[in-house]
Amino acid sequence: MLIYLMNLALFLIGLYAVIAERNLIKKVIGFGIIEYAVNLFFILVGYKIGGEAPIFQEGALIQIFVDPLPQALVLTSIVIGLGTTALMVGLCIRVYQRFGTFDINEIRSLKG
Amino acid sequence: MFELYVVMVFMIIGAVVAVRLRGLLSSVIAVGAVGLGLCVMFLLLRAPDLAITQLVVEILCLVILIRATIGRGISRLQPKANRWILAAFVIFAAGFLYAAYLAIRQVPDFGGALMSTSQFYIANTLSKVKAANIVSAIILDFRGYDTLGEATVLFTSVIAVLAVMRRKGRKKIDERDEPNS
Amino acid sequence: MRGMSLIVKRITKYTVGLIMLFGIYIVLHGHLSPGGGFAGGVIIALSFIHLILAFGRKDAEKMIPGKFLALGESFGGLLFLGLALIGLASGVFFLNFFHSKGTPFNLLSAGIIPLCNIAIGLKVGAGLFAVFMVLALFRIDEKEEK
Repeated sequence: MLIYLMNLALFLIGLYAVIAERNLIKKVIGFGIIEYAVNLFFILVGYKIGGEAPIFQEGALIQIFVDPLPQALVLTSIVIGLGTTALMVGLCIRVYQRFGTFDINEIRSLKG
Repeated sequence: MFELYVVMVFMIIGAVVAVRLRGLLSSVIAVGAVGLGLCVMFLLLRAPDLAITQLVVEILCLVILIRATIGRGISRLQPKANRWILAAFVIFAAGFLYAAYLAIRQVPDFGGALMSTSQFYIANTLSKVKAANIVSAIILDFRGYDTLGEATVLFTSVIAVLAVMRRKGRKKIDERDEPNS
Repeated sequence: MRGMSLIVKRITKYTVGLIMLFGIYIVLHGHLSPGGGFAGGVIIALSFIHLILAFGRKDAEKMIPGKFLALGESFGGLLFLGLALIGLASGVFFLNFFHSKGTPFNLLSAGIIPLCNIAIGLKVGAGLFAVFMVLALFRIDEKEEK
C-alpha cells in the first residue's frame, strides 16, 4: 500500500511540472515523469512475492512467475512514450524558431 | 522488499530535483537519473525485458533532449513559478491522494497478484508456441494485433516528426516570411 | 556538426560494430532470453547515432548507406504486415503458421516469432534513427542558412 502511494507521489510531481512551470522543456520533462509513474504502477500491481521472471528455464519446470501480461502491455507503452516525447521536442523546437523563447508567458503576448 | 522502497525514495528525490532546478541541463540530467532508478525497479520486480527496453529508450530520450534543446544556448536561469498555482496544486493533490487511497484499497495487496488471465498464457507457451520467453509469446503470438497497432503508432510519430521539422525548402516559400496566424 | 577528438574517433571505430552486433543478438534471441524486437531495434539505432556523434555529419554520411532509412523502415513495416496477413489465407489474423515449431530453447523455434522480431527491429531502428537525424542535426542547417 505504501509503495502505491509513493508511486502516486511521483505522478503528482510530474503533474505539477506540467501545470505550474513556465518553461516548455520543463513541461516535456513533467510528461516524462508521468509516463514513468504510470508504467511503474502496472508492474507493481502485477508483482507476486517469490515469483521469478517470466522466462522458462531448461531445468526446473515447476515455477512461480510474476504476471507476464502487464509486462507485455508496458513494453509497448515505453516505446510509444519515446515517440511522444520526440514529437513534443520537435514541436518545442519549432516554437523556439518562431518566437525565440521557451517561456509561455512571452509566447502568449507575442502571438501573431 | 526493503530495496524497493530505497529506490523509490531515490526516484522521488530525483523527480523533485528535476522539477525545481532552474537550469535546463541539470533538469534533464536529473530526469535521466529517475529513468535509471526506474530501470533498477524493473529489475527488482522481475521484469528483465522491460529493464533492457527502459534503459536504451532512456538513453535515446536523453540524447535527443540534450542535443536538440541545450545546444541552442538557452540553458540560462528561468523565472520562478507563480505562488497561487502552487497553493491550488497542493489542495488538489491532497484531495487526489485521499481519493486514490480509497480506490487503491480495491487493488490486491502488493505482492499478491491474482493472475486469473495469465494462467492460460503460462500454461500454453511451451506446448503451443514453443518459445521460452512468455512476454515475447504474448506480444507476438497471443496478442499480435496489439503489436501491429504499436508499430503503426511508431510509424505515425516518425512521420509526424519529419513533417513538423521540414525545412522551408520549397522554392516559393523562401521569399515569404513566417505564416501569419 | 563537428566531430569529437581523436581518442573518441579511434575508440568508436573499434566498438560501433560490436554495439550493432549486440543489437542484432538481442533481436534474434527474442524468444529465448529477455529483449525482443523493440529493445534490439533501439540498440541498432543507437549504434548509428554513436557513429554520427563521434565523426560529425559529413564523414559519417560516407559510412552509412544513403537510402537505408526510408527503405529500412518501410520494408520492416511491410514485412510485419505481410506476416500478419499470410494467416488470413486460413481465416485467422496472425496465425503462427509454421506447423512444426521446433523444440523449445533452440534458436530455430517458436514459429513466426523470430521473423516478426527481425521486422520490428528493422522498423524501429530505422525510424528512430531518422527521428534523431531530423531533431538533432537541424541546428547546423539553421546556422548554414544564416
